[in-house]
Amino acid sequence: MSPIPLLTLRGITKSFPGVLANNHVDLDIYGGEVHALLGENGAGKSTLMKILYGFYRPDSGEVRLNDQPIHIQSPHDARQFRIGMVFQDFIQVPALTVAENITLFLPTLPFVLDHVSIIKRIEEVSGRYGLKVNPHAYVWQLSVGERQKVEVLKLLLADARVLIFDEPTRSLAPHEIEGLFQVFANLKRDGYALVFITHKMKEVLACADRITVLRHGKVAGTLKGSEANERSLIALMFGRQIEESPGRPSEKQSDGRKPLLELKGITTQTEGMAWGLKDIHLTIKPGEIVGVAGVSGNGQKELGDVVLGLEKCAAGVKYLHGEEATAWSVARIRASGVAFIPEDPLGMAAFPWLSVQENMAMANPRMYSKQGGLSMDWQAVRSDLQASLERLGFNIPPYYVPLGILSGGNIQRMILAREMAHHPKLIIAFYPTRGLDVQSANSARKVLTSSRDQGAGILLISEDLGELFSLSDRLVVMFQGRIVGTSTPQQVSINEVGYLMTGSKGETKQSE
Amino acid sequence: MNKAFLQIGFHHQWVASAIRFVGLFVLALVFFALILLVFGKNPLRAYADIFSATLGSAYGFSEVAVKMIPLILTALAVALPSRIWLINVGGEGQLFIGALFATWGAVNFTNLPVWLLLPWIGILGFIGGGLWGAISGYLRVRGWASETISTLLMNYVAILLVNFFVFGPWKDPESANYPQSAPFPDAAILPSFFGTRIHLGIVLAIVGLILFHFVLSRTRWGLEMRAIGVNQEAARRNGISTNRYIILLMLIGGGAAGVAGMGEVSAIHGQLRPSLSPGLGYTGFLISWMAGGHPIGIVAAAFLLSVITAGGDILQMTHRIPAAGVHILMALILFVVLARPAGKKGGK
Repeated sequence: MSPIPLLTLRGITKSFPGVLANNHVDLDIYGGEVHALLGENGAGKSTLMKILYGFYRPDSGEVRLNDQPIHIQSPHDARQFRIGMVFQDFIQVPALTVAENITLFLPTLPFVLDHVSIIKRIEEVSGRYGLKVNPHAYVWQLSVGERQKVEVLKLLLADARVLIFDEPTRSLAPHEIEGLFQVFANLKRDGYALVFITHKMKEVLACADRITVLRHGKVAGTLKGSEANERSLIALMFGRQIEESPGRPSEKQSDGRKPLLELKGITTQTEGMAWGLKDIHLTIKPGEIVGVAGVSGNGQKELGDVVLGLEKCAAGVKYLHGEEATAWSVARIRASGVAFIPEDPLGMAAFPWLSVQENMAMANPRMYSKQGGLSMDWQAVRSDLQASLERLGFNIPPYYVPLGILSGGNIQRMILAREMAHHPKLIIAFYPTRGLDVQSANSARKVLTSSRDQGAGILLISEDLGELFSLSDRLVVMFQGRIVGTSTPQQVSINEVGYLMTGSKGETKQSE
Repeated sequence: MNKAFLQIGFHHQWVASAIRFVGLFVLALVFFALILLVFGKNPLRAYADIFSATLGSAYGFSEVAVKMIPLILTALAVALPSRIWLINVGGEGQLFIGALFATWGAVNFTNLPVWLLLPWIGILGFIGGGLWGAISGYLRVRGWASETISTLLMNYVAILLVNFFVFGPWKDPESANYPQSAPFPDAAILPSFFGTRIHLGIVLAIVGLILFHFVLSRTRWGLEMRAIGVNQEAARRNGISTNRYIILLMLIGGGAAGVAGMGEVSAIHGQLRPSLSPGLGYTGFLISWMAGGHPIGIVAAAFLLSVITAGGDILQMTHRIPAAGVHILMALILFVVLARPAGKKGGK
């Protein structure tokens, strides 16, 4: 470890209207180290890194590079100071190849491009750090994990020394996460400084040399990776004990009841890169949570969309509440008591420029309309929203502001409240806790378990195996559009599921 | 505190966009003045003449109002679909087909009483334009063609269709070989008011504007349309049929343009002619985008462009500036309208 920090942040303060995002934050980033920034959603991690990358300017405080004060006014400046950032949403052109994407990012582009030498450099660097990607492949052909490698390569070829990773493990499969940590280790060896933003404790403990915990915009403490453990980190993150996530599956036997959802031999047409469903058989009964495990992009989204009626079935039959519903419209399925909790509320469920109450009315515009649609019954909308929020224990926001001005967590809560308002019989939950901090995730899980206990059936699609194992009454594993395993959490191990998810179990069997 | 903040923001935004609008308009006038100067004309005289000929007299003013009627309707034909990001460039064709249908009704049902014939040709105009628009909506829903392209191309088809009828089967034998239909019976002519050419169409235009505003802001359909406009994916997942709205809005929008065509052919021309519209559909497009789809903005922009077109006639007569001259001014305005800040879309 170098004695002088590569980057020093002193007294960084940044406020937004109504929020003090960073409050006198001090941080030292050394070369040859992985420095994890840990904290709840809204603790100020992203703001701090965006200041470092020139997106925001701090209200006060100073940044020093090799002990020289510097002013980072823009991402361009940051790159000049050899600071690079890997965002959650990659900035890539899908229609161009890997090499072309990397070339575009190079700090100095000659007029005539020397493809051969650029590709040689890419291969050199990717070989050295374990970032194997085919430079000739088009970006749209790549998986999320590979696209992340491209992002890292971009920064390395553009000569960055400090690499900031903003929640890089968010959409990676378990083995890809291990691969990423290996890349971290390789980069460390060559003196790169790595900053790893996350709220996942296990990953921090697995790879970080130094851990800084932020709480409410302040540094709650900095620990050495070797000295930290889960309990000490939780204490720093929350300042108090938080309750454990709600535990075991229901005791109730749901065998005797009539199924809420039955899929028989459902097959869908493939569209683009995703896997179409192949011969899916699935039953959900009242009072049970059926967990769907799988690496994202193996047909889980299609499965949920088939149940919602968005995706047409090429073959097979779908029954809802005992009736054949293969050809029902989305509106009819929703009105029959099917709720939808999306992975990405802003993209899939919310209307940011409509007001909070207008968003609420979208749960069932027909039900809230008067005179056949000539006007809306806002009174009813508000009272339903309020009742639902109170049941869930969420705060009540102003009804007339555009939903988009609320924070991400609050938008998620509004959508939850909207979907739970009419006591749904069947709930389709897509990655319901993705990107949520521990407490918000817990309240989302509680919503699911308590609905289950009241007799709802739940299709839970998640990548978080811990979550699936703790909530599900039954588990199915999807791989390439098929259900490759069905079991209960009591009968399988996480490792077995992991193998099924990545398709490796099938292969080993064949080779045996 | 939150609420007060929002109100200030809103007010500020409104003033800013008004200032912008006026500023850009003045900029266009200055450019056009330079062009006039190059051709040795006195721009101040020209502008003064435009002003006095249009707004300086009751007659001039009434002519501006006459021009505004079809423009408001064709602007609505664009503004309504634009709420869900459909770009209807087909106002011109929808207007022609509306006029065609209305003409068919007017010359074939001559013995209907006026209280029946007028609504009848009105409905026909709406259906004609509406079907023409709905075709593009259907093509879009099936994924066969973008509505922007198909509406644009269908304008030519519509105009040629009208030509076919007035040069062929519908040509008035008594018209000394002019390509025009038989004149409308008196009962099929929209009544005019106060001895001017302002006709009943103005009521339809105003009702259209009010309905547009009311439906969008008060009704379930308006809410669903706005939802689709904000987030189509979420709308689909909430069970709103986007496809149904695409066809419906293209139908109603096209219908509004068709009613404009009906008004022109019935009240202004009294018979179907190929020269039915000097680009009213395109001007309506321009108006809708200038107004950002806002009803009051549509009236203001329609007024402005009507003054300019009426002024163009004046320049042609008194200053011998060719009609193309005023098109330069319109094009300049179109340019400055399109020069909105990046990322801000027209329908907002």
